[in-house]
Amino acid sequence: MDYFLELFLGGLTRGSIYALIALGYTMVYGIIELINFAHGEIYMIGAFTGLIVISVLTMLGWNSIAIIVLAALIAMLYSAAYGFTIEKIAYKPLRGSQRLSALISAIGMSLFLQNYVLLAQTSNFLPYPNLVPTWDFLQPYEHIVRSTEMVIYIATALVMVLLTYLIKFTRMGKAMRAVAQDRDMSMLVGVDVNRVISFTFIIGSSIAALGGVLVASHIGQVNFYVGFIVGIKAFVAAVLGGIGSMPGAVLGSLVLGWTESFFTGYISSDYEDVFAFLFLVLILIFRPAGLLGRSDTDKV
Amino acid sequence: MKPVLDVNQLTMDFGGLRALDHIDLQVHPGEIVALIGPNGAGKTTFFNCITGIYAPTKGDMFLTRPQGEPKRLNGLKPNRVTERGMARTFQNIRLFQNMTVLENVMIGRHCRLHTGIPGAIFRPPASRREEKEVVADSYAMLEKIGLTRYVNEFAKNLPYGAQRRLEIARALATEPFLLLLDEPAAGMNAQETKALDELILRLRSDMKVSILLIEHDMKLVMSLSDRIYVVDYGKKIAEGNPEEIKSNPAVIKAYLGEDIDA
Amino acid sequence: MITLQEIKKSFLVSLWFMFLTFPIMVIKVNTIEQTIEWRWWWMAAVGLGAFVLSFFWRIAIARKEAGKKKAEVSGEEKIALIPRLMSNPRFYIPGLVATVALVVIFPFVFSMYQTNILITALIYVVVGLGLNIVVGLAGLLDLGYVAFYAVGAYSYALLNYHFGVTFWMALPIGALLAFLFGIMLGFPVLRLRGDYLAIVTLGFGEIIRLVLENWNAFSFGPSGIANIPKPGLFGLKLSLQQSSIFIYFVMIGLALMTIFVVRRLQDSRIGRAWIALREDEVACQAMGIDKTRTKLSAFAMGATWAGMGGVVFAAKTTFINPTSFTIWESVIILCVVVLGGMGSILGVIIGALVLILLPEYLRAFSEYRMLVFGALLVMMMVFRPGGIVSGVRRIYKFEGLQNKVDS
Repeated sequence: MDYFLELFLGGLTRGSIYALIALGYTMVYGIIELINFAHGEIYMIGAFTGLIVISVLTMLGWNSIAIIVLAALIAMLYSAAYGFTIEKIAYKPLRGSQRLSALISAIGMSLFLQNYVLLAQTSNFLPYPNLVPTWDFLQPYEHIVRSTEMVIYIATALVMVLLTYLIKFTRMGKAMRAVAQDRDMSMLVGVDVNRVISFTFIIGSSIAALGGVLVASHIGQVNFYVGFIVGIKAFVAAVLGGIGSMPGAVLGSLVLGWTESFFTGYISSDYEDVFAFLFLVLILIFRPAGLLGRSDTDKV
Repeated sequence: MKPVLDVNQLTMDFGGLRALDHIDLQVHPGEIVALIGPNGAGKTTFFNCITGIYAPTKGDMFLTRPQGEPKRLNGLKPNRVTERGMARTFQNIRLFQNMTVLENVMIGRHCRLHTGIPGAIFRPPASRREEKEVVADSYAMLEKIGLTRYVNEFAKNLPYGAQRRLEIARALATEPFLLLLDEPAAGMNAQETKALDELILRLRSDMKVSILLIEHDMKLVMSLSDRIYVVDYGKKIAEGNPEEIKSNPAVIKAYLGEDIDA
Repeated sequence: MITLQEIKKSFLVSLWFMFLTFPIMVIKVNTIEQTIEWRWWWMAAVGLGAFVLSFFWRIAIARKEAGKKKAEVSGEEKIALIPRLMSNPRFYIPGLVATVALVVIFPFVFSMYQTNILITALIYVVVGLGLNIVVGLAGLLDLGYVAFYAVGAYSYALLNYHFGVTFWMALPIGALLAFLFGIMLGFPVLRLRGDYLAIVTLGFGEIIRLVLENWNAFSFGPSGIANIPKPGLFGLKLSLQQSSIFIYFVMIGLALMTIFVVRRLQDSRIGRAWIALREDEVACQAMGIDKTRTKLSAFAMGATWAGMGGVVFAAKTTFINPTSFTIWESVIILCVVVLGGMGSILGVIIGALVLILLPEYLRAFSEYRMLVFGALLVMMMVFRPGGIVSGVRRIYKFEGLQNKVDS
């Protein structure tokens, strides 16, 4: 039973991590129908920025809680800036051209960012200090759930609530939904579409950065390549939930997290990634609209 | 003679919305039949159902080659339907934009040819002959429709009216005995429409095709059609020759709205 | 005409990029030794670079917009320089003679090292032309293409290891296996929409690589397979250098065969159907083309060439392991196709030569290879989606009929 609980919570952690990244994929896809291949790299840049801030502040001798909070905030700021800039350079000039072109551009961006970090920093794995304080009341359950994991759950839940509020009740949220429905029409009724798209990239990227800092703290290391595989898996989760749907992204992430956790726990850990990809292939073949997605037939 | 197209009780639901409600429709050999109705009445949905793009919820569709046996269309893929002898055009022009006019027509010939991958690579005499024929046949088709001067142009560079006619040429290249035209006159001026009117009549007399068309230009519909079907909200509300349709109160109501009596 | 406004704009862009790249480029941390290195001069470089580049960027964007408008007005396509030269026999014939001469004498004049690089480039020509069928002609973005390359390489390596199959036997077998794999993988995935297809093929590519990595009993896992024999020539014993030269000519032959076949395919009923499919799927089906079969044929034909390329790759390097077949290999091949010009044979050849030879010869630059590839993909998509050689359209053999039009 303990083992089951461990796997369950492990799956919840994975799922929460995927969710933080999958949200960005799904938001961007909902608005401009683009698979933002570089989104995993945004996450990686967030983790790296966080690490740099942590290192600098540690040398200055700051308090560890202040450091982790500040590191997360700065990482979010920077990732948002990267997301914003990438959209302007690689996607905006391609609006209205073939979808294939935008996807190739996104792949190029992903390749560029990986190598940018590789060249500017290092190709080695860097140890990542875990500055999340250990909570006393969690001490007895240490072997099942650590406080970092607790922080990941809480952060994910908080992000979900804030995003729901943002989308449902704010002006910007309304504009986002309008653009997702029909871009041309919203332009005609006076929505500043460029601003909405930029805003979407900013929000999605900063959530990914938060994930980046938390996950790197949790795992304890980072390198330039971490974004790729996590990014792909988060994409799997977003598709599983129904791309374009935000509750879907979270649900898909949790389902993927749990299935992976139980699969590796009870069956085999060698083929963990094979399993994730197989999952993706099967979903797309049998239920392309995902769990909560709406299917749309090609207009003739 | 048996009708070339026989549609019984065709029904199409999209989720909770009934786009087509038990529609019956026949096209007899050599006939020009029009399907009219207000925007959103389900006309294009009807085309999409009988050509296999949508799978209808209910109903039967039969296609009968002149002097042939009726063949059921339900469940066939669009390309099979075309192979059986029913070809169509699209309301919002769907040409192969980055191919030349000639190539567009050659694509129409595709399903009547046989060269496969080995044939394409080794080019045996049969494939060479076929390739020569397809160029000649396609060119002949362009001559019939009057598009020869554009032969090596990209489809996307053609004027609008010519694009519409190219769609017809491409559909005819598949050797149909029934041609479906989805708003062929949309966006044409009076002169172009008149030429289209003549073209359609010529197709029937020269190429022995029956025609089913969707059209909003009533003048064209009334002058061309042998019979007219009127649909509104997915239901057939009238059928008959142009004279009958013109004076049918249900049709007038559907087109002009409820206020007609007031 | 550089106005003050423009300078101001570029200045702001440069500030923005200095801000953006500040943590990653300026501060280099070493968390093991707890040291931090500050590299302020990089910031200056970024600032200056961004300032200059932003001018070019704006000019290029403006020109692109203007070009679009012009094309809409005149309705004419510019024919690119290279095909224009190609069609003129005055340049074409001497050019061809010179190329043939260079190709023949190359391995005897230059070192074995150079020959080997050229062999690699030629492998990319072949697989690039294969991918060009899938992406360029049929419009299916296949990001798992390298899987078929792996199938070819592993089928030679394993068949040779277990049964002593020779290179010449393995070449058709590898091609056939890749073809079958193409059909097997293609069947379930080809009904997916464009970008989903890309992701699923990526998934399949990774699955095949991960299986090769983990299934030790079958593929020897990450340690790979060594001592794969180079191709033999009627049982003659070849020195290392001789066998390089031999592979070079084998590759030239294979590349010529590929060009020949792809050209014929492009110019046939099948090739036209591929292009039509890329242009409009719905219309394509309505014109009587079997969508599934056509897609599958493109996918499998593309895979076949990857398989052959893989066999040669295994024979050339004599050692293979799964790290040669990552997703980024697929991306490089995609780069070859995109840079050269999707759908253009000449373009793919030029693309392969440029992308493979340039980093090899600019050694200092090779570290930046993938960075440049990434930037290149973005730039090509933004400014020249057609690639280096774009606008090449075959004019139909149409002279006889053309005269009839004029009369």
